Amino acid sequence: MSVDKNMNVLIVDDYSTMLRIIKNLLKQLGFNNVDEATDGSMALEKVQNKSYGLIISDWNMEPMTGLELLKQVRGADADYKDTPFIMVTAESKTENVVAAKQAGVNNYVVKPFNAETLKTKMVAVLGEF
Amino acid sequence: MSNSYQKEQVVHIVNSVLEKVRSSSEISKEAIYQELEELKRIIDDARSGIGSAQAGDITGKHIPTATDELDAVVEATAEATGSIMDACEAIEGHVSSLDAEQQGKVMDEITKIYEACTFQDITGQRITKVVRALRDIESKVSHLLTVLGEKLPGLGEDSGEGATLAAGQQGTQQGSVEPQGDEALLNGPQMADEAISQDDIDKLLASFD
Repeated sequence: MSVDKNMNVLIVDDYSTMLRIIKNLLKQLGFNNVDEATDGSMALEKVQNKSYGLIISDWNMEPMTGLELLKQVRGADADYKDTPFIMVTAESKTENVVAAKQAGVNNYVVKPFNAETLKTKMVAVLGEF
Repeated sequence: MSNSYQKEQVVHIVNSVLEKVRSSSEISKEAIYQELEELKRIIDDARSGIGSAQAGDITGKHIPTATDELDAVVEATAEATGSIMDACEAIEGHVSSLDAEQQGKVMDEITKIYEACTFQDITGQRITKVVRALRDIESKVSHLLTVLGEKLPGLGEDSGEGATLAAGQQGTQQGSVEPQGDEALLNGPQMADEAISQDDIDKLLASFD
């Protein structure tokens, strides 16, 4: 099944620079419907009101972290529990990757990353595009 | 006189006094008086040393200045990165006038600039870690000064402007609490010898499948 590049993508990061970088990289890949949030709680509000085909989130944010967002998104009653979720973070310890995987992350990108890595992980999660 | 030498002296004198009190046959009022006088001199030296070190300035001046400077570094790099990205986006707006091959080349270079701009996020997080560590030190020094101020009244009174313990006592806390659970996973960017690579992460994730 081909990937619908018109899908809504939500990117979550407390650094505006990083939001801008990811948004521009997504645009280059052909994904133009990109929404932004600066922490987990703002992201949660957005996913409750709009359907997203992909969530790309940082981990270390306040007040709600990316891990907490992931847990909420994967909650048993959540309508969006199957939404693909990629963690893009500077947290690069084994225990972090394990915790994210146990919480239901689909892929994990360690910062700093390049465009190719981001694309590879998106393909792994969404399929070839 | 070094601190370790003073500490040894204090221990020696206290032990000596205790020993003499214990074996009353050897007790000499004059000897004990002399030893206590020596002990008093060492304590006075220590008080004077702490006072002249202007320990209150650590929490009242040095650490706030350092954290302000670091915050300014984050702000300046964010601003500069924003300008770089403004320029990239402006260039992107013009590439449509180029032929396909040139468009590809220009976009490849712009992508490299975007990738390089991720430095701002990483340096920002690293600096935030340093600021947090400084605030932790500030809190511990402040607590130490409060305790010393209670045990040794008058300490720091003669140590000049900005050196009062009161400055160090502002915002006193009982020390930081180690994070637990998910909070313990929030470490920010790791140093190279502590981090695992993207390849290692990919292998780790694959091991769950």
